[in-house]
Amino acid sequence: MEAILEWISENQQMIYIVILMIFLGIEVIGHVPSVLHTPLMSGANAIHGVVIIGAIIVMGKAGEHDYLELILGFLAVVLGTLNVVGGFVVTDRMLEMFKKKK
Amino acid sequence: MELSVLAICYLIASVTFILGLKMLSNPATAKKGNRIAAVGMIIAIFATIFLYKDESGKHLGNYIFIFAALIVGSVVGAVAARKVKMTAMPEMVSLFNGMGGACAAIISIVEFNNFIKAPGWTSYPPLSNLGNTNFNVNVAYGHLLIVILGLIIGSVSFSGSIIAWGKLNGVIKDFAFKGQHIVNLLLLAMILISAGYLLLNINGAIKIDVSGTLDKPEISFTKDSWIVILFYVVVVLALLYGILFVFPIGGADMPVVISLLNSFTGVAAACGGFLYDNKAMLTGGILVGAAGTLLTILMCKAMNRSLKNVLIGSFGATAKSPTGQTQQPGDQTVFKEISAGEAAMIMTYSSKVMIVPGYGLAVAQAQHACHELEKLLTEKGVDVKYAIHPVAGRMPGHMNVLLAEADVSYDKLLEMELANEEFSTTDVVLVLGANDVVNPAAKTDPSSPIYGMPILEVELAKTVIVNKRSMKPGYAGIENQLFFQPKTSMLFGDAKDVLQQLIMVIKNL
Repeated sequence: MEAILEWISENQQMIYIVILMIFLGIEVIGHVPSVLHTPLMSGANAIHGVVIIGAIIVMGKAGEHDYLELILGFLAVVLGTLNVVGGFVVTDRMLEMFKKKK
Repeated sequence: MELSVLAICYLIASVTFILGLKMLSNPATAKKGNRIAAVGMIIAIFATIFLYKDESGKHLGNYIFIFAALIVGSVVGAVAARKVKMTAMPEMVSLFNGMGGACAAIISIVEFNNFIKAPGWTSYPPLSNLGNTNFNVNVAYGHLLIVILGLIIGSVSFSGSIIAWGKLNGVIKDFAFKGQHIVNLLLLAMILISAGYLLLNINGAIKIDVSGTLDKPEISFTKDSWIVILFYVVVVLALLYGILFVFPIGGADMPVVISLLNSFTGVAAACGGFLYDNKAMLTGGILVGAAGTLLTILMCKAMNRSLKNVLIGSFGATAKSPTGQTQQPGDQTVFKEISAGEAAMIMTYSSKVMIVPGYGLAVAQAQHACHELEKLLTEKGVDVKYAIHPVAGRMPGHMNVLLAEADVSYDKLLEMELANEEFSTTDVVLVLGANDVVNPAAKTDPSSPIYGMPILEVELAKTVIVNKRSMKPGYAGIENQLFFQPKTSMLFGDAKDVLQQLIMVIKNL
């Protein structure tokens, strides 16, 4: 119990961000028309690819001879990049079809 | 200095994510929104590579590996995303989502290994313990909790997304067994208990030895091997749970599941934000987690199904129930077939035609032919509109995207409610490869697995022409009584071929 309270007070700032982002996330897409459900999901999919930052940190911190960590880090960066690049490109292609008509 | 530049880069990235999502929910700005978020992501990635410093002020290393991995991922990702067919985009999204989940899970595995090497104690061991061996450390529970949370959510998201991908492209068939929900619940309970046990008992499992002299204390850790084993048990159980969680859910509900898994990965990414005290990861992750959850609910609403129903009352489990037996194809009354020539004639001499596109249109890539038919009929003075079911195709909005590609104008596309008001004054409904979304069983047969889903009430129109490749049931695996109604005629063939035949005939009329 004490540990939990301590953790909360240590991470106050982060917890504030979490709560605010929950409300913001709901507010921001609240009025999306059903036409855009799929592209929006795909775009959101690309944005959570931000997890790649964690992968880069893991990779960059890995010891020179810590092969397990090097391999896992490499794999994580590849997977994260796939998520980011693939996600944004697929979304872009989907939205290509919403170009303004003359 | 460098660190504050890094902080500003993360701030910019966070703002672009919020702006991007906001703009993505409006058709006029969506494309720009996606690109803005992408730019933010690039800034965040390069800022991390070059500006990040760890606690001891050291820059990241292993640049060669980082860039190699980035290049491999970018090339494969971009090529896969460019090459994929329009119809296969939904499963591509699922696959990319799974990659993100796997990435989060791997981060957690690495961080757990680091944790048991040096369990980031909350208070430093008093040096008076010098010479003491085997005293316990106060481990940082919060840190470990986040590691395990990211691991579980990431793993579930990964294996679930892979199954969803396999189901959408037909590699994996629906699979359900009796009591599956109980097994799933038990599995979930086992994951939580194992993770909880690990968390509560880790303190006793890691021992610290302090030796050396007061000036040069040497600290080393020993750990019981069971904590490592238990950790990997949690990994395996979470992967298994993801598989069993998605397995029984039918194809028609797959978009909802992908959206849900998408928000899971968002939360897993946010866990990484906590681990590295990284605000860009935190904002991006939580934003997607929250928006993704809402989007999941909105998608359910579009199908008039509750999330609980999607997850528990799964299609796959009920499709094999009594409905399947009472509706053997052999029991059906006969259906009427129509030739393309006759169908073209009927449509040309009617005053109002409604086209109902479905997955068949997408598979045949017939959107351009469809638009041409629409133009031809309009030239002949026929009022042509499209009735768009929100979940026609494999994903919500699938049809809109497809028809927009063929330059069909927006005002010709009617949403479900509007279309349903117009069917009673429509002469001919042309159903192009849609099935479940026009199945009257959703309204009339409470035992049907799709009962309660709002449908396009095409049977209100005077004539219905259904284009399908065969009499095979649709994605939900159930028969469609519409095809056997006296006002319905079947026009068999690939949607593109049939449309081209129709166009030929009408041109020569």
